[in-house]
Amino acid sequence: MSRYTATTEADLAAMLETIGVSSLDELFDRQIPERVRLRERLDLPEGRSEQDVYAHLRDLAARNTSAEDELTFLGAGMYDHYVPAVVDMLMSRSEFLTPYTPYQPEISQGGLQVMFEYQTAISELTGLAVSNASVYEGPSAVAAAGYLAKLTNGKGRFVASAGLHPHSLETLRTYAHGYDVEVVEVPLRDGVTDADAWAAAIDDDTSAVFFAQPNFLGAVEDAEALAAAAKDSPAVVVAQVDPITLGVLKPPGECGVDVAVGEGQSLGQRLDFGGPSFGFFAATEAYLRRMPGRIAGETTDVDGRRGFVLTLQTREQHIRREKATSNICTAQALNALGGVVYLSWLGKEGLAELGELLVQRTHYARETLAALDGVEKLHEQPVVREFALRLGVRDVDAVVRRCQEQGVNPGLALTEPHPSGLLVALTEQRTKADIDRLAEVLGAAVAAERAGAPQEVAA
Amino acid sequence: MTLANANRLHADPGVEREPLHHDVPAASSAESPLQRERATTIFEQGAPGRRAFTCPEMDVPVVDDLLPERFRRAQPARLPEVSEPELVRHYVRLSKRNYDLDSGFYPLGSCTMKHNPRLHEKVAALAGHARLHPLQRPEHAQGALELMHDLEHALGEVAGLPHVSLQPSAGSHGELLGVLLTRAYHESRGERRVKVLTPDTAHGTNPATVTMAGFEVVRVATNAQGGVDVDDLRAKADDQVACLMLTNPNTLGIFDANIEEIAKIVHGVGGTLYYDGANLNAVMGISRPGDMGFDIVHYNLHKTFTQPHGGGGPGSGPIAVSDRLAPFLPKPIVVKGEDGGFSFDHDRPDSVGRLRGFQGNYGCFVRAYAYICSLGAEGLKDASQTAVLNANYLLAKLRELDTEGRIPLAFGELCMHEFVLSGAPMKKELGIRTLDLAKRLLDHGYHPPTVYFPLLVDEALLMEPTETETKETLDAFAESMAAILAEAAEDPTVAQNAPYTTPVRRLDEAGAAKRPVIRQPL
Repeated sequence: MSRYTATTEADLAAMLETIGVSSLDELFDRQIPERVRLRERLDLPEGRSEQDVYAHLRDLAARNTSAEDELTFLGAGMYDHYVPAVVDMLMSRSEFLTPYTPYQPEISQGGLQVMFEYQTAISELTGLAVSNASVYEGPSAVAAAGYLAKLTNGKGRFVASAGLHPHSLETLRTYAHGYDVEVVEVPLRDGVTDADAWAAAIDDDTSAVFFAQPNFLGAVEDAEALAAAAKDSPAVVVAQVDPITLGVLKPPGECGVDVAVGEGQSLGQRLDFGGPSFGFFAATEAYLRRMPGRIAGETTDVDGRRGFVLTLQTREQHIRREKATSNICTAQALNALGGVVYLSWLGKEGLAELGELLVQRTHYARETLAALDGVEKLHEQPVVREFALRLGVRDVDAVVRRCQEQGVNPGLALTEPHPSGLLVALTEQRTKADIDRLAEVLGAAVAAERAGAPQEVAA
Repeated sequence: MTLANANRLHADPGVEREPLHHDVPAASSAESPLQRERATTIFEQGAPGRRAFTCPEMDVPVVDDLLPERFRRAQPARLPEVSEPELVRHYVRLSKRNYDLDSGFYPLGSCTMKHNPRLHEKVAALAGHARLHPLQRPEHAQGALELMHDLEHALGEVAGLPHVSLQPSAGSHGELLGVLLTRAYHESRGERRVKVLTPDTAHGTNPATVTMAGFEVVRVATNAQGGVDVDDLRAKADDQVACLMLTNPNTLGIFDANIEEIAKIVHGVGGTLYYDGANLNAVMGISRPGDMGFDIVHYNLHKTFTQPHGGGGPGSGPIAVSDRLAPFLPKPIVVKGEDGGFSFDHDRPDSVGRLRGFQGNYGCFVRAYAYICSLGAEGLKDASQTAVLNANYLLAKLRELDTEGRIPLAFGELCMHEFVLSGAPMKKELGIRTLDLAKRLLDHGYHPPTVYFPLLVDEALLMEPTETETKETLDAFAESMAAILAEAAEDPTVAQNAPYTTPVRRLDEAGAAKRPVIRQPL
């Protein structure tokens, strides 16, 4: 058994004597009623040595097919981007890894300044004046934006594009049921939010409108038009944005968006089977005092030195309790550090270059795959890093399985309302040669599936 | 150790500094390099055109006008332009302006700042975990699903409640889920209850969560022993009460001896009992919330189960529930098939839905699972026993050093894993506040305890030493506390103006809030 305690028998005896009890049990006997004491041992295995635990966790890892083990084009919210060594190195430094939330600013200047720099980077990326220091992740950030809207205007309905990630829609519904707001979904037409249905759904009781940029099918939405449609309503305009696309796409702040939120995983974070990464939350100045979560601000110390503190805390749960703008407390500070390090590593030119590379490779992949027999585009809209195909087969899942047998993960098999759809994502780690390999494997898999070939001999 | 800590925040490696003497105010005359330099941000460094990143080769034919001009970004985001060495040096220098758990004692009450084993970082970084896509097909993620399944079992066993969801991202997220489950439960019975009871000792997240979930907060008073005032509870418990949210031991470090009676009252009016697991580190293998009558428990994997706190996250806040709440748990859940294989069950018609994307913070699950594997049943119990031992020892040691007149224990005689002192007599007799004591502790090389919480204790100091500290550390800390009180008896201005040895001194927080500067002007 491994233990991380340090009490020797001599320590124990001395400590009990100082406390004035005769045994460890007495400490508990005097405080916990006998009827709620657990007298059996927990039904858990014996503890193990460090090397045994390592071997066990390594064996579990080996039973997963990671992005290291196959050529993957899977995305749909999280992406296999390269994580630079500096991100891993800085995120694993004790000084960033092991402190608590910076409640004592005099000894937390490093973490507070990182938050300030992160906020600056997110503001700059989104074109919005204010950013908080991170929220949990993407879909719950969408729901948090909904709560901000509800607190701001008290209206009773959300209008949400069906182009939002399904997890965002589900999360928004779960939260909105709590704060008693109805969610109305606007369908897609030709791969993007149906503009007429969108405009028709927005009225005086609309608390917020939500769309994704690019949307779940990879299509670039006309963000300005969607935002403009809500202009004469009380609605807060919320966009869920993939931040890596902001090297090439017009920032939400220039499109009339009030609140931009999203999943930060594409900014130098591991896949980690879904987390932890970070969520970002940026808004126009008007919403500063309604933001959820921590915000770092600049100030000076008594000697006039520049310093940073957590600020505007009167929004927060530990001060405002039931009147707080959110219940969020622990968020994703370490991952946000990774995010700002990643953005600094890419730099001003790098973000744009990377975006352009994604646009070109994605276009190449889309055209190459759509030229295959039995494969066509699901929509014709512009895309940045992800696109949807329609396969001429009944069982897209089976095609994916056939491809995986060849060591290629072609993407996500979509379900209703796109039952024959396949969502394919690119990152800078997928080269032209990789795309060509995907085309070869996918073409063969579709052909085999259409021919009804048994799976073992696919491709 | 104390002295080393005090100096580590600002000293250059290899530079000997004068030791701190407890009876002499450390003057700010000898400024360290990190104090002398004005803090500069990454945005104030570098030069146009400088970079760290090399873009992969454009290996496909370039096509113009793929994106309509009106969708395109006109001006590049003004991100930093720095080389990799500049980038590394900047953030390493910043790191040195942080105090952290790996460098010193961190008795921050209610936060369970226990050691973060490095094995956990090593296993979490394995590609099979770290580079596993969350939408990987279940047959290609059997290791991850098994880990989640077994972690669910272990957590359920610790809490004494059988049904676990790992989805919530942090404690407050778990709380929200717990209250939403309560709401779904009552709604399924055709009831729309409106009130949630919270004691006045509760964490601020409790009432904030209650509002977000569409309920009204009703406060329950605390009795003379530091527990729930049962008469007040009885008076407020009616058929409009959906839930009572409680921690046990509570934020005073007191185990509520009336817990069975409390559960009976709440269940008697049809409400559910919610356990805020922030204080679970006191009772693993010793007493179980499920056995006390709780219906819902949330865990903080970043407290009890060693996920490093990261300076404010990531965390993970799974919850466990009793049978009657199980149908409402979020989607999806991990299930084990008859063939021993694992899969996700999305078909849960009564589920409240989803709280976030994907499956939760799996990286935190890996660490918590490794911890549970390492310690096993006996080790978890040993951890809680030692946490309670250390807290009581620190309390007794402070008494032995005659500090009780100035900073007495607010409630009770013994404590569980943490305890609350009141600085009210100290303020009255010595003229220094709890805040001053906390700031002076920084000069002694410690992270101070939680201050001014819980709210019902005047000038509160909430201390939680955790099980991973040595007796020597606790002794040295107690001596520093006593020394600060003795120093203040001589000259209160020393503590009133502390700290002196940190990268910055007291900061103008009011000014920061009044004229918020929350980004670098570019």
